[in-house]
Amino acid sequence: MKRLGLDVGSTTMKYVLLDEQDQILAQDYLRHASKIGEVFRKILGDLQDRFPGENMAVTVSGSAGMGLAEKLGLPFVQEVYAERLAVGRYYPDTDAVIELGGEDAKILFLTGGFEMRMNGTCAGGTGAFIDQMASLMQVTPEEMNDLAAGHETVLSIASRCGVFAKSDVQPLLNQGARREDVSAGIFRAVVNQTIAGLAQGREITGKILYLGGPLSFLTELRKSFDEVLKTTGICPENSLYYVALGACFAGVGKESDLGELVEAERNVATGDYRKTRPLFRSKAEYEEFAARHKAASEGIAELTEPKKTMYLGIDAGSTTVKALLCDENGNVFRPFYCPNHGDPVGLIREYLTKLYADNPNLTIAGSAVTGYGEALLKSAFSADHGIVETVAHYTAAKKFHPDVDFIIDIGGQDIKCFQVKNGLIDSLYLNEACSSGCGSFLQTFAQALGYTSEEFARLGLFADAPVDLGSRCTVFMNSSVKQAQKDGASVENIAAGLSISVVKNALYKVIRCADAKSLGKNIVVQGGTFLNDCVLRAFEQEIGANVIRPRFAGLMGAYGAALYARDHTGKESTFITRQGLEKFEHTVHQLTCGGCQNHCSLTVNTFSGGRRYIAGNRCSRPLKQEHTLEHYDLYEYKRSLLQKYRHNYRDPNKKTIGIPMGLNFYELLPFWYTFFQTLDFNVVVSPDSSRGLYASGQHTIPSDTACYPAKLMHGHIEWLLDQKVDAIFYPDMSYNVEEGLGVNHFNCPVVAYYPQVLKLNVPRLKEVPFICDFVSLANPVIFEKRITEILRNYFPKFSKTSIAVATELAYDALVRYRKDVEEKGEEFREKAAEKGKPIIVLAGRPYHVDPEVNHGISKLICDLGAVVITEDSLSRSVEKFPTKVRNQWTYHARMYAAAKYIAEHPEEGLHLVQLVSFGCGLDAITTDEVRSILESAGQDYTQIKIDEISNMGAVTIRLRSLFAMLEEKKK
Amino acid sequence: MFVDFTKEMKAEYTIIAPDIFPTHMKLLEAVFRLYGYNVVIAKYEGQAVINTGLKYLHNDVCYPAICMLGQQLHALTCGDFDPHKCALIQFQTGGGCRASNYLWLLRKALEKMDMEYVPVISLSFGGYEHYSGFKITPGMMATGIRSLIYGDMLLLLKNQCLPYEQNEGDTRRVVEKWIASLTDQFRRKEGLSAGTMKKNLAAMAKDFHDIPKVKRDTVKVGIVGEIYVKYSSFGNNGLEKFLLSQGCEYMVPGVLGFFQYCFANMDTDYRYYGGSSLKHFAGRRLEKIAEGWEGWLIDALKPYPEFAAPVSFEKVKKLADRVIDRGVKMGEGWLLPGEAAELIEKGYSNIICTQPFGCLPNHIVGKGTIRRLRELYPQANIFPVDYDAGASKVNQENRIKLMLAMAKEGLQ
Repeated sequence: MKRLGLDVGSTTMKYVLLDEQDQILAQDYLRHASKIGEVFRKILGDLQDRFPGENMAVTVSGSAGMGLAEKLGLPFVQEVYAERLAVGRYYPDTDAVIELGGEDAKILFLTGGFEMRMNGTCAGGTGAFIDQMASLMQVTPEEMNDLAAGHETVLSIASRCGVFAKSDVQPLLNQGARREDVSAGIFRAVVNQTIAGLAQGREITGKILYLGGPLSFLTELRKSFDEVLKTTGICPENSLYYVALGACFAGVGKESDLGELVEAERNVATGDYRKTRPLFRSKAEYEEFAARHKAASEGIAELTEPKKTMYLGIDAGSTTVKALLCDENGNVFRPFYCPNHGDPVGLIREYLTKLYADNPNLTIAGSAVTGYGEALLKSAFSADHGIVETVAHYTAAKKFHPDVDFIIDIGGQDIKCFQVKNGLIDSLYLNEACSSGCGSFLQTFAQALGYTSEEFARLGLFADAPVDLGSRCTVFMNSSVKQAQKDGASVENIAAGLSISVVKNALYKVIRCADAKSLGKNIVVQGGTFLNDCVLRAFEQEIGANVIRPRFAGLMGAYGAALYARDHTGKESTFITRQGLEKFEHTVHQLTCGGCQNHCSLTVNTFSGGRRYIAGNRCSRPLKQEHTLEHYDLYEYKRSLLQKYRHNYRDPNKKTIGIPMGLNFYELLPFWYTFFQTLDFNVVVSPDSSRGLYASGQHTIPSDTACYPAKLMHGHIEWLLDQKVDAIFYPDMSYNVEEGLGVNHFNCPVVAYYPQVLKLNVPRLKEVPFICDFVSLANPVIFEKRITEILRNYFPKFSKTSIAVATELAYDALVRYRKDVEEKGEEFREKAAEKGKPIIVLAGRPYHVDPEVNHGISKLICDLGAVVITEDSLSRSVEKFPTKVRNQWTYHARMYAAAKYIAEHPEEGLHLVQLVSFGCGLDAITTDEVRSILESAGQDYTQIKIDEISNMGAVTIRLRSLFAMLEEKKK
Repeated sequence: MFVDFTKEMKAEYTIIAPDIFPTHMKLLEAVFRLYGYNVVIAKYEGQAVINTGLKYLHNDVCYPAICMLGQQLHALTCGDFDPHKCALIQFQTGGGCRASNYLWLLRKALEKMDMEYVPVISLSFGGYEHYSGFKITPGMMATGIRSLIYGDMLLLLKNQCLPYEQNEGDTRRVVEKWIASLTDQFRRKEGLSAGTMKKNLAAMAKDFHDIPKVKRDTVKVGIVGEIYVKYSSFGNNGLEKFLLSQGCEYMVPGVLGFFQYCFANMDTDYRYYGGSSLKHFAGRRLEKIAEGWEGWLIDALKPYPEFAAPVSFEKVKKLADRVIDRGVKMGEGWLLPGEAAELIEKGYSNIICTQPFGCLPNHIVGKGTIRRLRELYPQANIFPVDYDAGASKVNQENRIKLMLAMAKEGLQ
């Protein structure tokens, strides 16, 4: 009997029909756009026509096939397993298989211990991710492949999660990076993600097979794998169909009449999924709603003819550019909205050229730019003002409600919300990687399901039972949608459900409000996403109140900028003239900054008249400003103190101890260095972290969702192993030093036990003694005893006195280091008072001193004109006090204490900015507590989440908003 | 800093506890009543509970918190209870993972809900907080843990009978019969002495032995992981039901092990960090007591070799030593790989490691130990599965199906 194997993937359905001799009689793949049943019926119908009246042995496989198989009572073969069967048949000597699918990535190790690995929940580097990136670049995946072929360098793009990669790619495009290099970077990100996420310490060597859609179609992606794996893999014939083939080979097919199956499929519909209430119960309800929102914008007209003098506002967002002109009364002329196509400068130039051409009598009397591309566009067109987005949005919102007290803007990539208190912008909330669901998310889903965004928005309005999709990250959302499809939810209900999830994400993940009342009385919603009536309605339903959506909701940034320009006119506008525009030129080139160890990838834009704009930098150094600001940066100071212990001089007559410079060593290095130095060891310390160092250890990381500082340790260990040290020292420490601030003095589980992870997962650590015994510094007497015991296992016996001396000196060194930091902190605070600078307490953990971890944020803050001090320079001047959490981690206790200090010393002008490492589970607890300590004293609180991501756009907005607010407060 | 639970409250209030161990909680409830506390298990499930959790807790907090605390907060808001006559209770081990903060997360949530008057009680060995109307005495603690031994026994026998029962429902009926019988015994202040426990346990084993069974080929699956998602079907999306439907026999190690793990850590702490030798002696003493209780269970199973009995905890410690240092004591710590090794050695070599998404200790003791476990046991088939409010059942089940496909190949 003929065998039919069906592979239902997340985006496509593939099938093969085999005869008794395993010859392929028919095969094809179709995109199913989630209409799995329809495509299934089509395939079977076609086969029926070609092979009339024949029964076939049918088997289903694929990540989205389980539902179909269940419904029809057909046998299901798990897809990775199926694939393996096919590989065994065609390429039995294969060592490893790499398969990328729409939303899955898999590696099969076939020799040397059989293993199959699949991506977990948090992994975006797959086919769907490539599609997403391609649509971001306005090309097809195949075109992106062609682009990548012409790359000069491979740009570094975060690979841990698709959402991160996106926020790396967008700024690169905006800054004008070569599309060829970006494309190559995207493929490399997929490669890195696959290796880091799946190989987990196993080397991928020998004969390698590439399977699945992306690897079949994209030659450059294969090349990228080849380069990283230092091998040449094979992409076999029928590489798309291995799962379908394997399903046949499993030999479990059920004899079926295709006609009956088609009938059966048509008759089962489940519709059993998590539902939520409909958005509108009737047409009338919708009309009332539409009329109410129309009325909100009465009084602001869109002019068809320009006034003689007008003010220009430009909002260069992350995915779109917006521009408009307004008159003295705030009426709008020529609103413009366009995806930025990675070239905002070109688009605005076009806009202006047409504007001047059509309106020869128009004078631009003032101009302002806001948004991610603010600096670039301001410099390109000599705009009068560059303003922070929050200021622009507030200015615009006030026009619609003078007493507005809460503004939420949901754009393509960003969610920005803030409260307004006493006319001041307060409590800014921005979305982060895990709360990224916003406009582009809806757009991507609409496209995946075969609709435009507008169609998709209309679809959901009258959905009878929207799917309850929760409020999680977009990667999770994909699988939730898959589940809903499996359960028979209609496209309408999915469309409505997605809109609701965007709102829930904003309310519960970004703002984290438990109660809508706490938002404010007069709420203005804006951003292009709110033009989607489903989203607007869902928002009103969710908070149980009516809100104002301005007519130009998507243009509020530009509108605010225009109003700002109107209100801040100088003598004469500096804006580019008609003549200037005619001669306008713009060239871009890439270079790597050698100014410091960050090695930022710079994009240099040169405009006519020799004006330059440099992007990609994390500090002001490459800008060669005439008078560089004096920096009072305690992070840098700490680093320089630690630098003294990192000379890495080796006396050939002594044994050498290697120390991986990460996590708690950022505080304990003085201790351990002194200790081993005194015992007559050479001490070699690994260098500052870098992407390269990370990459060198990436293949041994067992848990991809651990925090970046921990994952960096793998690279440090590899580096030390290359140095041929006699032993690597990295003790496990359940407990940290005791500072009497809390009820206990734990380390977090990751800091405490990461040495165990290294020991169990870095194969090369078998080459040298790895000293990872358990020890605590809390009590010197016990320490001395314990360390003697430990060292005895690795080295000839040390005398009691020598250990006693080493211990004493080590504790002294630690005390001195801490004291140094505190004194310097005090000095900086005095300097700040003297010079009238604001002080930012950049509260993190000691390892945030690592420049690869903090991405130069401390320098950035100094560039903005503030003095930066650390949490631990304040914490010891605070007495133990009660907290509303169990205060049991030493590093975190310092943050509570620093917050307390700020709360109790308002006169000192201290502001806390908390650094949070992505994936730090403890910070879910500490951030709320730090915030509440500060806010209960009326102090502001800012949080910055960091990961391996190096896009500083969001960080800059956050910090600039903070500084804008401080400025306003001063006034 | 927090609302006291007073003596008057003891008389009038309902204490709402989360549903942690589905089989055991009924028994614990009865034990609390024995000591005069009106404890009720919040058995709520479904999206409403998750939503309540997400709404009042930080969304990045662990999934078990969303579920368990969600249940308790839901109890207060769904109308079944008068919040003014309720208290909440949470377990607190005082360890280094964020679970020690659940208690405080509840208090913060109550504040947001304008219910800060609801007392929240910490149930701990450490006695971290004191209340005028609630006190855990050593006797009560001992009784509580003893009741868990019954739970462990029921769990163990149920899991080994369910896949093989001839008449569907037999096993469940026996479980229910015993829960009814035991709660009834507790009410009469019986069933918890050494003698009656041994008798009960023996009778239990016999009852399960007597269930008519058929021989079936099953895939043997062992479940380890974070303590909540490991046991709770609400937390793990009905994992056990799914495994049964796929023709598996699964084993989940007992709850007593977690207590033994805590006791053993007292001694390790003393070895590594010194301090009062009291810790060392108390730890050893408690370990010995628990070992005795564990022995009752093992002895009761001896007449029925068809049932796989737990190995002694001393053995689990030795197995763990081969994988990871026993200094790792946050979350499930070394117990997780120890139990995995135990299960593999018993023939349950397909291991599902259940963990909440982003669980910190699991980076170390879950995903971090898989490589080592496979070195030690090449036949082991270990799959981590993440649970989260947003993780979909489809993905979880697809992963498990992969594991089962591999396992079935091993069967042939």
